[in-house]
Amino acid sequence: MRDKQIEKLKDYKYGFSTDIENTKAPKGLNEEVIKFISNIKKEPQWMLDFRLKAFERFKQLKEPNWQKPKYPKIDYQDLYYYSAPKSMDDKPKSLDELDPKLLETYKKLGIPLQEQARLNGIAVDAVFDSVSVATTFREELTKHGIIFCPISEAIQNHPELVKKYLGSVIPTTDHFFATLNSAVFTDGSFAYIPEGVRCPMELSTYFRINASNTGQFERTLIIADKGSYVSYLEGCTAPMRDENQLHAANVELIALDDAEIKYSTVQNWYPGDKDGKGGIYNFVTKRGLCKGKNSKISWTQVETGSAITWKYPSCILKGDNSVGEFYSIAITNNHQKADTGTKMIHLGKNTKSKIISKGISAGFSDMTYRGLVDISSKAVNSNNYTQCDSLLMGNKCGAHTVPYIKNKNSESNIAHEATTSKISEDQLHYCQQRGLSAEEAIGLIVNGFCKEVLQQLPMEFAVEAQKLVGISLEGSVG
Amino acid sequence: MKEQLQKDFDNIVKNLNLSQKDIEIKKFYLDNFITRGFPNRKEEDWKFSDLNQIIKKNIGELSFFNDYTSTNKVDTSVFVDGLEHNKIVFVNGRIEKIDFDYEKKDQIEIIDQSEAISKYNHNSSLSDLNNAFIIKSFKIVVKNGYQWAKPLIIYHTTNSKIWSKNINLRLDFELDKNTSLRLIDLFNDTSEKNFLNIFYNFDLKENAVLKNYKVDKFENKNIKYSFNNIEQEKNSISETFILSSGSNFLKNEINCNLTGNYSSAFVNGIFYLNNDKHHEIRTIINHLTENTKSYQLIKGVLDDSSKAAYQGKIFVNSKAQKTDGYQLSKAILLNKNSEFNAKPELEIYADDVKCSHGSASGSLNEDSIFYLMSRGLNYEQSKELLINGFLLDVVDKITDVEIKNLIKNLIGVKE
Repeated sequence: MRDKQIEKLKDYKYGFSTDIENTKAPKGLNEEVIKFISNIKKEPQWMLDFRLKAFERFKQLKEPNWQKPKYPKIDYQDLYYYSAPKSMDDKPKSLDELDPKLLETYKKLGIPLQEQARLNGIAVDAVFDSVSVATTFREELTKHGIIFCPISEAIQNHPELVKKYLGSVIPTTDHFFATLNSAVFTDGSFAYIPEGVRCPMELSTYFRINASNTGQFERTLIIADKGSYVSYLEGCTAPMRDENQLHAANVELIALDDAEIKYSTVQNWYPGDKDGKGGIYNFVTKRGLCKGKNSKISWTQVETGSAITWKYPSCILKGDNSVGEFYSIAITNNHQKADTGTKMIHLGKNTKSKIISKGISAGFSDMTYRGLVDISSKAVNSNNYTQCDSLLMGNKCGAHTVPYIKNKNSESNIAHEATTSKISEDQLHYCQQRGLSAEEAIGLIVNGFCKEVLQQLPMEFAVEAQKLVGISLEGSVG
Repeated sequence: MKEQLQKDFDNIVKNLNLSQKDIEIKKFYLDNFITRGFPNRKEEDWKFSDLNQIIKKNIGELSFFNDYTSTNKVDTSVFVDGLEHNKIVFVNGRIEKIDFDYEKKDQIEIIDQSEAISKYNHNSSLSDLNNAFIIKSFKIVVKNGYQWAKPLIIYHTTNSKIWSKNINLRLDFELDKNTSLRLIDLFNDTSEKNFLNIFYNFDLKENAVLKNYKVDKFENKNIKYSFNNIEQEKNSISETFILSSGSNFLKNEINCNLTGNYSSAFVNGIFYLNNDKHHEIRTIINHLTENTKSYQLIKGVLDDSSKAAYQGKIFVNSKAQKTDGYQLSKAILLNKNSEFNAKPELEIYADDVKCSHGSASGSLNEDSIFYLMSRGLNYEQSKELLINGFLLDVVDKITDVEIKNLIKNLIGVKE
């Protein structure tokens, strides 16, 4: 019985696909497609200009190749840049009008959207391929003056905010994938927390890739006005498919004076099968700007999915006394590859940052922590602490640490530590002696190894993430 | 620069009696260098020190031709007192003296291998430059079982009689089974604004022990690059110590290949910089087989607007189980204009290993200063005492007592 359960868990349980009719943009990447996307979203002219400017720049950029995980060349002309369920063409007014197939999909993923079954205390924005299909708890949030809606809606209804902040952290002149996103992004979430408001519930976006041969390019923009607080969750899954799919999202966070943003990700895109066939290329740009004094941005990520993960959630600590944090668990198994880490750029005085990164690699996988801590000459009295630990299971995998540490300020301190090891025989022996099976013992030890990061996750996510950590390593010990 | 390179190269070829084949090999390296040029910050290994810019800013145009037909006078005042030692003296890049008085002559062989250039290729533009313009190079072979009685000091002296702006040096050492050698590189420069490009290669056979000390203490305006490659077989030990202090720019690169079981490598270094000096140490330790060990400790004290960079890499290949690798870099920034950059890197493909690294940089600990001052020392004395203790940690790692004392005196640290 237990074996059967394990067998079931070993498979990627979100690997089903939803059979639904789609509206797609013509294949390929050109100005026409960008105009098509802009048009279908009924965007104002300034938004289209933003996209075209980015595209102009994109044409001059070369795809970067310095990263560790190499991948076959992506043919950008062979992708669909927009795909949405047909039923979303005329926007449904309420959930009752939503395609039951979509409701069913989200129910299966454990994210019920219907009123009665909603998760308590979490407002969800559900993004399906290129569109946001539903956002829950909107009335409740509006009462507090919080704006939480798909970004395409924000462009229509709150152009002043979008205009002011979109591209202010990740400009259209950024790197290859970020610029590509600026040109063709389809949907994503927008959140604005007004001055002095503590968001009463977790905001959450659930990303789902369904259509094949489609790239997903979503854009998230979160603005925390003075003295506000918000905790934001992000989850992602995709069906099992044999071909690789590209996911290049941009996330921009802006924290003004005394504001705090907590951004948590549980990334569980389809990682490919045991031989490394298929899976998502997760090339994401996430960047937070601590713009105001005493602001704080905290990134927490649990990365278990994707064939290749390539992302560096970063903090630009511009305001004096601002704080940046990064907590990460990255787990790679089979043929997965991850090159992830963070950048902490200290510009303001008395800024602090903390980096805790835990990497676990098993099977034939490769894990790299790559990070930058840069304390500029003006960032007097700043502090950074970095710890990156890696755990290796088997001698076919790799674990690497590539930190860049720059200190240009004699009144600032940087400390960095890293270790690499395997699970100690003694610990295993101790657990097994007390009646745990080898698998259980490893699960326990790994969870202990990750605890510092798991603790940072909101309650509902922590439980889920803990299970995920166990499942991702299933079968890696023999 | 290209025309100068061509012209100087033709001059060298004219002056040397080279076979057609050797000329072609040299020409090949010259062409390589011309296409690649001096490394700049676009190359990952030179990210923190843009040599191309540094040479442009400090020297300007280089010239490459050295006429080694006439001898230089050896200035004996630079010789180290109070330590019996063997000598190799380079003056302006020319070997003027080889003196192994304390050793058994039949146990050491000096091979002139100026013609065997094609053997060495480290695949970098500086190695190409070295290969193209090197005129004389020797290989020193220590025969089976021979332990050097006294240390060997290599004096690198430059003075105003120097021919060109660029000097290329190359030495090779082969330590056969059960041998040992203590080696000190000592730099004395009175010339200004030259670029020294030095390549050493060490072959350590079974049970060989190499103690390799590189001392750049005396103030000078030169720019130096030194590359040491150390190949290590079973049970061999290499110990490298770097004092990086005197030159305007200095980059020391140590590459250790631990190919034999139970071989171990130790690399320790000190940056002690002021003014606007810019130094870098880059270490690469390749653990290529089981049961190998490496230990690295780098510390820096940086004053004024000096800048130091440390790039250290521990590579563990999938066969190298039971590897023990450790690396620590620390720096004290004394001035608000000083800067410390580090890139400590781990690249690991084996699971049964113990590898860790740490890096820290910051100001002097105010609490410690307060403690000392409350006991009657003034600020300067307290600072000195703390720096002394900070650096002594590295000097204490030197296993040879005689040389440890010599280096202590040079730096001015006390027990």
